Amino acid sequence: MSLLQVDTLQVTFGAFTAVDGVSLHVDAGEVLGIVGESGSGKSVTALALMGLIDEPGRVGARQLSFDGRDLLAMPQKQRRQMLGKDIAMIFQDPMASLNPCFTVAFQLMETLRIHEGGSRRELRARAIELLQQVEIPDAQRRLDAYPHQLSGGMSQRVMVAMAIACNPRLLIADEPTTALDVTIQAQMLALLLRLQRERGMALVLITHDLGVVAEIAQRVLVMYAGQVVETAAVPGLFAAPRHPYTEALLSALPEHNIGRRRLRSMGGVVPGAFDRPAGCLLAPRCAYVQPKCRNERPTLDGDVGAQARCFFPLTKEAA
Amino acid sequence: MSEALAAPVLEARALAKHYPVSTGLFKPKALARALDGVSFALPAGHTLAVVGESGCGKSTLARQLTMIEAPTSGALMLAQSDQKLADVTHADAALKKQLRMQVQMVFQNPFASLNPRKKIGHALEEPLAINIRAGAAERSERARAMMARVGLRPEHHARYPHMFSGGQRQRVAIARALMLAPKVVVLDEPVSALDVSIQAQVLNLLMDLQDETQVAYVFISHNLAVVELIADEVLVMYLGKVVERAPTALLFAAPRHPYTQALLASTPRIDAAARQQRQVLSGELPSPLNPPSGCSFHKRCPHAVARCATEVPVLEDVGGGQSVACLRWREL
Repeated sequence: MSLLQVDTLQVTFGAFTAVDGVSLHVDAGEVLGIVGESGSGKSVTALALMGLIDEPGRVGARQLSFDGRDLLAMPQKQRRQMLGKDIAMIFQDPMASLNPCFTVAFQLMETLRIHEGGSRRELRARAIELLQQVEIPDAQRRLDAYPHQLSGGMSQRVMVAMAIACNPRLLIADEPTTALDVTIQAQMLALLLRLQRERGMALVLITHDLGVVAEIAQRVLVMYAGQVVETAAVPGLFAAPRHPYTEALLSALPEHNIGRRRLRSMGGVVPGAFDRPAGCLLAPRCAYVQPKCRNERPTLDGDVGAQARCFFPLTKEAA
Repeated sequence: MSEALAAPVLEARALAKHYPVSTGLFKPKALARALDGVSFALPAGHTLAVVGESGCGKSTLARQLTMIEAPTSGALMLAQSDQKLADVTHADAALKKQLRMQVQMVFQNPFASLNPRKKIGHALEEPLAINIRAGAAERSERARAMMARVGLRPEHHARYPHMFSGGQRQRVAIARALMLAPKVVVLDEPVSALDVSIQAQVLNLLMDLQDETQVAYVFISHNLAVVELIADEVLVMYLGKVVERAPTALLFAAPRHPYTQALLASTPRIDAAARQQRQVLSGELPSPLNPPSGCSFHKRCPHAVARCATEVPVLEDVGGGQSVACLRWREL
């Protein structure tokens, strides 16, 4: 059985459906990548899993269970006890997610105190150990630093330390490296992967960077306008994308177009709240659009493990 | 290539910018060497990419090139209308005003670089109103012509920035930079705030406009994949200095400096074949207030030896238009 099981997750803000029937599952010790452009509902999905959607947002699902326990049915209080302990999350902007008024020690020890308890001395020793695990040099001294005294990379390491403090079984990382330089990004990804392997933790990595997903994820979910449009294993998705959107994303990357060749770009933008097409949500931008696509909504079809939401999935053989 | 010999429209000669930084009351001011002796020449119709981590002096360089700040030392030469290079740093006010029109800039965040209270048409016409004697009708006509060239519709002329998506706003910012027909446009991370598919549209537009007008780009970016696509030549910077300079194809095929190699290896790749041996660079960029002795990269360099800590490497020519600032490039 999967660690996290989500069936038909729906998040609405008033009349706008931000997440539209997302189903996914994460197994223990697995790395799942979620990719998509801005506005595709990646982050809202993550927040809904964490139970962090505030009014007027509404979350509904046929099933939302973690380790066999139903997250939607359990009392708020019980659910909050799981957050930060069994399921932890890292946010995109490390500078904005640490509280500027408190030291690193205070914020790290707060997490530990609430979930595990212990004396001040024990908590402090544990905090130092955590900072060492995320490879912060001179951990003892950094503990009493305020967030503004840390660089972006260091702040993100502190966030990771905080997230892994209570040995979570699932870590959701929402664009953990987007605000960082490539060299620091490489350090960060290596760190996350090491922790994931050592602890047998499941990792959900949300990103818009297909390169990052190709390098570290085992399975990918491609999202577009609140829906999952394709799921597949890596590297299959990159070798032979089945959904036209995935193909378009891949061919828009400069990586495949060296030497001033023009990029194959998709016109238009992700549809917003008021310009949703009647048929397939990609129809206005799709290169292979057929009359049927403009009128009917396709469903997510295909074998388990390689599904695409398209009436006419591409059938390129894996090279 | 005869192209490479074309007369430069912009030349930087040992440009340096040092900022005094307060270290506390009554303490002497420290000097941050944000830019430390950068030289290059940029011919018309070419793209020079500047890459490096945050804090390496990319944006300081942009501020010198666009004359927002005067360099501490060194000289900036710009082509005048008669193609002759004029020294900007020692120019009088009238000449400076003339030369400023030749260099324009596009900023990273299109959500912050457009005035939310001014219509797009106004934003595009403002450079003309300030710099050129042109009537309202002519200004409006030129703005509309420019909008057509960057792929905006005529009705956008009377709209406000909040009505546009990020990609469209970046088109407006590019159009605004091109209104005075500059010879050089400095692009500071022009696509890093955009989604992949929008990024592709904007990059295509930039390449089309360059082919049309022979404008030269200084393209500041940390995204090496984008640089590989668009640049003719690449300048790799580390802590205010150029550590490697090479034609794009050469740089990506045979990077010489250990820092360039690490940057390339750190870039995530989709193609497993293009992926290089993960060589994770330890540590972070040192503070420019207190740079390491000798080669400023030696504390993070996997190939550092004792002499790297004492000798400062200079940029040496290694042939093929490539030059590198490393003491050990011959051995490595």
